[in-house]
Formats: sequence, structure tokens, C-alpha cells
Amino acid sequence: MRQEWHGFEGGSWTVDVNVRSFIQHNYTPYEGDDKFLVGPTKRTQKLWEKTQELMKEENKKGIIDAETSKPSTITTFGPGYLDKDNEVIVGFQTDKPLKRGIMPNGGIRVVKKALESYGYTLDKKTEEIYTQNRKTHNDGVFDAYTDAMRKARHSGIITGLPDAYGRGRIIGDYRRVALYGVDFLIEEKLHEKKLLENPTLGSPDIRLREELSEQIKALKQLKEMAASYGFDIGNPAKDSYEATQWTYFAYLGAIKEQDGAAMSLGRVSTFLDIYYERDLNNGAITEEEVQEIMDQFVMKLRMVRFLRTPDYNDLFSGDPTWVTEAIGGMGLDGRTLVTKSSFRILHTLYNLGPAPEPNLTVLWSVFLPEAFKKFCAKVSIDTSSIQYESDDIMRDYWGDDYGIACCVSAMKLGKQMQFFGARANLAKALLYAINGGKDEKSGEQVAPMFAPVTSEYLDYDEVLSKFDQTLDWLSELYINTLNVIHYMHDKYNYEKLQMALHDVEILRTEACGIAGLSVVADSLSAIKYAKVKAIRNEDGLVVDYEIEGDYPAYGNNDERVDQIAVQLVERFMNKLRKVKTYRNARQTLSVLTITSNVVYGKKTGSTPDGRKAGEPFAPGANPMHGRDKKGAVASMSSVAKLPYKHAEDGISYTFSIVPKALGKDQDDRVNNLVGLMDGYFKNKGHHINVNVFDRETLIDAMDHPEKYPQLTIRVSGYAVNFVKLSREQQLDVIHRTFHER
Amino acid sequence: MANLGRIHSLESFGTVDGPGIRFVVFMQGCPLRCQFCHNPDTWDVRKGTEYTPDELMEEILKYKAYMDYSGGGVTFTGGEPLLQADFILEVSKMCKSKGISVTIDTSGFIFNDTIKELLDYADLVLLDIKNYDPLVYKTVTGVHLSPTLKFLDFLKEANISTWVRYVVVPQLTDNIDSIRKLSDYLDGYPNVEKIELLAFHKMGEYKWKELGLDYKLTDTKEPSKELMEEVIEILSTNGKVVTSNI
Repeated sequence: MRQEWHGFEGGSWTVDVNVRSFIQHNYTPYEGDDKFLVGPTKRTQKLWEKTQELMKEENKKGIIDAETSKPSTITTFGPGYLDKDNEVIVGFQTDKPLKRGIMPNGGIRVVKKALESYGYTLDKKTEEIYTQNRKTHNDGVFDAYTDAMRKARHSGIITGLPDAYGRGRIIGDYRRVALYGVDFLIEEKLHEKKLLENPTLGSPDIRLREELSEQIKALKQLKEMAASYGFDIGNPAKDSYEATQWTYFAYLGAIKEQDGAAMSLGRVSTFLDIYYERDLNNGAITEEEVQEIMDQFVMKLRMVRFLRTPDYNDLFSGDPTWVTEAIGGMGLDGRTLVTKSSFRILHTLYNLGPAPEPNLTVLWSVFLPEAFKKFCAKVSIDTSSIQYESDDIMRDYWGDDYGIACCVSAMKLGKQMQFFGARANLAKALLYAINGGKDEKSGEQVAPMFAPVTSEYLDYDEVLSKFDQTLDWLSELYINTLNVIHYMHDKYNYEKLQMALHDVEILRTEACGIAGLSVVADSLSAIKYAKVKAIRNEDGLVVDYEIEGDYPAYGNNDERVDQIAVQLVERFMNKLRKVKTYRNARQTLSVLTITSNVVYGKKTGSTPDGRKAGEPFAPGANPMHGRDKKGAVASMSSVAKLPYKHAEDGISYTFSIVPKALGKDQDDRVNNLVGLMDGYFKNKGHHINVNVFDRETLIDAMDHPEKYPQLTIRVSGYAVNFVKLSREQQLDVIHRTFHER
Repeated sequence: MANLGRIHSLESFGTVDGPGIRFVVFMQGCPLRCQFCHNPDTWDVRKGTEYTPDELMEEILKYKAYMDYSGGGVTFTGGEPLLQADFILEVSKMCKSKGISVTIDTSGFIFNDTIKELLDYADLVLLDIKNYDPLVYKTVTGVHLSPTLKFLDFLKEANISTWVRYVVVPQLTDNIDSIRKLSDYLDGYPNVEKIELLAFHKMGEYKWKELGLDYKLTDTKEPSKELMEEVIEILSTNGKVVTSNI
């Protein structure tokens, strides 16, 4: 064994790249409570103060600074520091903290627009290169888009597509750099490339050979970048500091090179714990020092920044980066994967205060140690900064070494990636079904022409059959659009470092999504159980609806409507499964809107459930605001019915409750929140964001943002600083169902 | 004939009516007319939605996982649930057979053989004592105090876990002397495990207006923290656990 691995138990991981095997042979499960945790060191406090000052300035100005000429690569920028003497973990994306780099491979116009929106001007030479000499992903996509694709994008039935920004949602297995060192990883890639010297070299192999070459280049650059900070990461990390620093360098390389929508971290805390435990046992380090490493690592993750356009901010508000870290869960052998470092990383929310990033995601299992469950509940009640996902469901699908990309998308680390596909607006699709394929706002024929509904009152069977037809069209168009996007992304904006930290053979998923689930379910329920009258304009287009009578609404644990929602997910997924995908990706589906539920609502006319034109949808899989009348558990029970097997990319539910409704005192609240999550996940719920605060706090924060710089709320699969949301989105959050009986 | 229950509403996430997460059944109908009532819409025995025991049980079972993991169960409240003891008895029997704990929140105003049988199935009784001074009790509720005290005697004999609930309303139920007497009185009831103080609030006022009822407490303020603390101190003199929602 290599000397850096001294004290570790061997296994297949010493011969092959296999981080899971290393973890399984060496980690120490922790079933105790949080009493061992310590506060921040002086160095951490000093550094955090400086960071907060910078962030305050950033809040005022929008951004601190932006690069205007040099496109960002792994090695573009030399070392950058904030306060060298106090920094235990080092490295920034550009030469200055919080300064935003430019990554024009995605599209030069987007970069230009983003810079201009903050008062910066793109360097002429750079613009020229990316207009005349170097083609971008965005150009490639629009060269290949069909008319139907352009129309669908324009009308908003498919939106948020990563055709003008990096697709993201790829997680490099950053731990590999710490465990093996870059030199070994390069050797492995060279070996894999050698194996691809086939007698007949078809285009898939040619592409793969080119990609492997790119990956090797990226690994070499990564080594060079680390060297500029004075570290040789060619070899494995030998102690706690190096293991964390190496892992961070690997991640840093990725975010220097790519500005994908979600740049998630993976599952590093239990991995790093092995190094911490070894050093603690040898007396080489103290608990204070370990927590200092963790605090400072997290501080760096809180400083990840990308340059975005105002359009992008409308979709994904609050400057999110989705540095998602998956914490806890259970191993396949029944031991918990909770370690002391699962506690330590959550404890950063106290040492540094609440924050939206990194996107701390607890993989919940009803079998988790009770003390850890209680600690998580306490952290949620105190900070509203964490989200939970069902390890009991996902472990069955993805084993025990998966991470979460973005909000809810599980993927085996280093073995799987996804082609992010934003989402289709099913509420709009329902309106197209009623209007014979015409857009209810513009009157334009977007879907192929078919007979519209002509009766005064809507008939359930008629609407459903037309809706089914519309979904056939939509699913084909949707997958084909994604095929174009990802073909071009691979070609012009390949994630060479992130893919270098993957196996050569990987599972690709084509991650589709839907918005407006609760609107459609309620609309169909209204048509079925009440009477819905269509109101037409002079052109015969249905533009509004009148409901006579009551209908069961999704969110009340009522089978009549919940099954409509369940069947809708299954129906659309089955249609997607029929369409051929680029690189034979496996089709998956998410029920997740992020904050785009506001934008989708804006673009969608009145719907048969009584929602008026322009009003926001509910986020993700949530019931519509105020329609869930039987209390929190009834509401989440409806959501838990949505089938994961037809929504493998995740089902997002956001839950907000006032502290008093959770119980009378802190002990009751912790106990009840643990019970709530155990019950939800036992009943096959997939994801839940937990917010615990009073509505009044939010209203006060709207009026006095300066008082709440760290007020963090969970929105839809991620967290944001409340004060960074647009006023419209703040109001949407405030109007959402708060459980406050 | 099916044993029908009249139900005002159901709450799937009750956290203040007994331990853990509770499925709360608000039964329709009440013989009391408490001035501070925040659910006057539960008074009228003719209103509500009819459920058969099986229908209600079907609803309850949907939430079993939440009850199991949090140490919760079902709470019957209202209204006065014991007005419909037959119905509750039948549902409680089913609950017990499924391992679901049953809590009954009552004023203890009515008592009969069915109720006696029902209490066999109750894991916990939340007994609302609106005041310990008989005259004040009459003013507050419109009925007499003595049945409630007899009810408490029965709970003691049957050794049924009981939490006494007391609503603190300034100028109405903050008669300190009688609170002191109540504290001493409860000392003789070892089955009373806890006293829950509830601070008066006016969140139900709009319902009085909607029902065309005359709300007498419009000008009454919510109790101060000091008043709540004083009442807590008095009620804990004999070693009982006292909790408060402030």
C-alpha cells in the first residue's frame, strides 16, 4: 500500500478506482449525539467576518466584480486569497474572492448580456473570437433547432432549457483526487484510451477517445492549478488537511471550468471523516482543528459564484449554485453512513450561521440513529437550511454511494451523469388540449392542429383524450429538443474535468421534468367532480373558466384527485420512454420547479381549477396554495403518493410551518418533526424542504432586508437568502401554505 | 342502523392536543357556551358532516405511520366529544385493535355508562377545567362545575392518565385565589400527570361574528407573560408538571 494510506484497511479500492470500497472498509459509523461539537476557531471567525463584509458589499452592488476578457479555464487564474494567514483551505474561482468569471463556451451572447446587466463590457477581442473563430454550444443548438422547437420554447410550453447556459447537474467524484492523487487517475485514463484502439473505429469510439484526451488534459491542468497554490496533488492526500484541500481543488477545478446551473459536490463528509478519524486517533489533530477545516471548507463553498443574466435569475432566483452535499443515509450492509463529520458539516450552520449553500441534503432513513435524526430536526427548526431525501427509496435504486445533483436528482458518484432537461409545462399542455393546439395567450398554433373542445361545459373524457394526444406530441418534441441540446453541449462545452472524475462507462439519464402538476390534477378533478364552464373570446379561444360546485383538491389525501396526479406522472413518463434519446440516455422525470413556478405561471393562461391567468403555480409537487385544508400531514400524504419509479429524477415538496404548530416547546417540536419525517418517508415520500418560521418574520424581512442578511429559506430543492429573492417571489413564498393551525 | 358521528372537521397534524403527532377529530356539538371558545362553530349539534365509524377509521389509518413514529395517536375533541360517546366508543375500539392510542379532550360535563366504557379505551384524558370557582365557572361556561369534578373523581378511581387544561383569560379566569385552591385540589389526584395552561387568544373571534353571536371578550387582552408565569408558579407548588403555550 502507498504510504499515504498508512493505517487504512485495504480492499479492492487499492487496485481500482473505487471510493465506495475505501469508505466501506474504513469509515466509523457514529450513533452518538451532538455534544462533541465545538465552536469556530479565532481564525475561522476572522475569516468569516471578512467574508461577510464582502458579501454585504455584494448584496448592495449585485456582484463584487467580473472578469471581462479572459475566459475561465482551470488554469486561467493564478492563486487568490482572502486572508492568507487565516485560510486553512485555499482557492478561488478567479483571482479575487466572489469575482465572477466568464465561460463563453456555453454562449457568448449570454456572457455579454450578463456583463452588461451589471454595468460591465465584454472585451471586444474576446467577443470576436467567440463570434468568428470559436463556435459555442448556444450557436450549435440554434443551428439545429427545428421550427417546432423554437415555437415551443417561445410559447413557454417547454422552458428553462439549458440551451444558452451550462447544463450542470454533473457531479465529478471529487474524492478520487484526494484518495488516489491526480497522477494515478491520469494513468487510468491513458489505459482506458489504449483499450479503445479498436480495429474498426466507429463514431462513438472516436468521440470517446477524444473525450478521454480532453479528460487527461483537464487532470493535468488541475495539477497545475493546485501547484500554483503550492500543493502537489499528483500524489494521494496524506492527512486531514490535504484530503479536504485535494477534494476542494478537484471541485474548484470544475467550477473554474464550468458554470452549469447546478454544480453539486457529491457526498464528501463521510469520506473525509475517515481521514479526520485517523488523525484524531493518532493525536495528530484536535476536534477544534477538524471543525476548523470543515468550517473553512464550507466557507469556500459558500463563496462559489457564477455570472448570470436577469432572465436566468427569474428562473432560478437568489443566485443559487447548488453545491449539494449528501449527508448520512444507510449502507447496504445495514450500518449507518452517519459519521461525526455528518454532524460537523451541519454544525457549520451554527458556527457560521444559516446559509443557502452548500445545499445540505440529509439522506433520511427511518433506520438512521435517533440522535442524528434529532440533531437534524433541531438544525431545521433553528435554521431552515436543510432538505431531506429518502435514502430508503434511493438506496434501492442507486446503492449507498450516490450523490444528489442540484435539488433532488440522485446519481451514483462517478458512474452516472444526466442530461438536464428543465421542464415541460403540463398546465399549458392541458390548455392546448382544450384549444386544439393553440396557445391560450397568443392564439398561435403551437401544437399540431386538432379539433378543439367546442362544448360550453367541459367533459372529462373528452378533455382527457385530447390531453393524451397533446402529451404524445409534447413528449416527442421535448426529447428531441433535449437531444439537440446535449449533442451540442457535448460537442462545444464538454465538462472535461468532471467527466475525468467518472468511470469511462457510465449511465446517462435524460432528465425531463414537469411543472404544473397540481394545477393539472385540480383542473381535471374540477372537470370530473364539479362543472366547469369554458369562457371563450371572440376568436373562439377558451381564455377563462367558471367552476360550479366543489371538487376534491390535491393535497388533502383524497384518492379521487390524488390518483389523477399519480396517473398523470405515469402517463407522461411512459410517453417519454418511447422516444429515442441521444447517447441512449435513460429517460427520467422530475416533479420540480425550483423558483420557476412563478415564471411558468406568468406565461400560462387561466386554468380549469380556478387559477387565474398569470398566477404562479405551486412549486414542485406541492398542492396549490391554500387548497390543502386538512393539515400538514394530509398535504404531504398526497405528495408521497407520487410514484418514484415514474419520477426517478425526484419529487420535490416544500413544507413551511410556524414553530408553534410544530409543538409547544423545543423538545416537542424536535420529536414531532422527527415523527413527521419518519412518517413521510415511511409512506414513500421522496423529498421535503423543511422551513420553520413565522410569516411575520418574512414580512419584516421584506421591509427591512438589512436586518436579515442570513435569513435562509428552502424553496424548491434548494435554499436561498430570502432577501435576495425578487419581490414577486418573496410574495409568492409568503402566500404559500403555511401550516399554522 | 349505522352508528353515525357528526364531525366538524379533521386535522391531520395535531401537535398540541396530546403527545406526538395526532390525528384530531373535532366532533360537532357542545352543551357549554364558554365565553372564550375559539370554535363556536362546533356548538350546534345539528351541523357537521356525518361519518360512519368505518369511514372515520379509514381516514385515521392513513396517518398511522406518523402516529407510530412520533408517539402520537388520535385525539377526539370538539365541541364536546362525549355527546357522541357511542360513536367514539366504536372508533376507539377499532383504534385499540390497531395499536393506535386514544386521547379524549373533554369538559367532563356529561357522564353515563357508555362514557364509562369508552374511558376504558382512552390512554389519556385532557380535562378542561374552565374555572375552579363555581360561580365564575357558571359565568364562563353557562353550566355547573360539579359534574366536571365528579368526572375527575372517576378518572382517579379508574386510574386514567389525565392532563388538566386551564385557559388563562385576563379579568375572567385569572382569579388567583381559586387557581390556588385548584392547585391544592389537584394535589389529591395522582392520575393528573400534567397541567396545561393555555393563554387566551382571539383567533376565534371572527367565527362568533360569522355566526351572528355576541362576543363578550372583544376588549379583553391576551394574558401577559408575567400573569402566565404567576399562574404556572401557583399550579406547580404541589409538584405537578405545568406547561404553557407561551
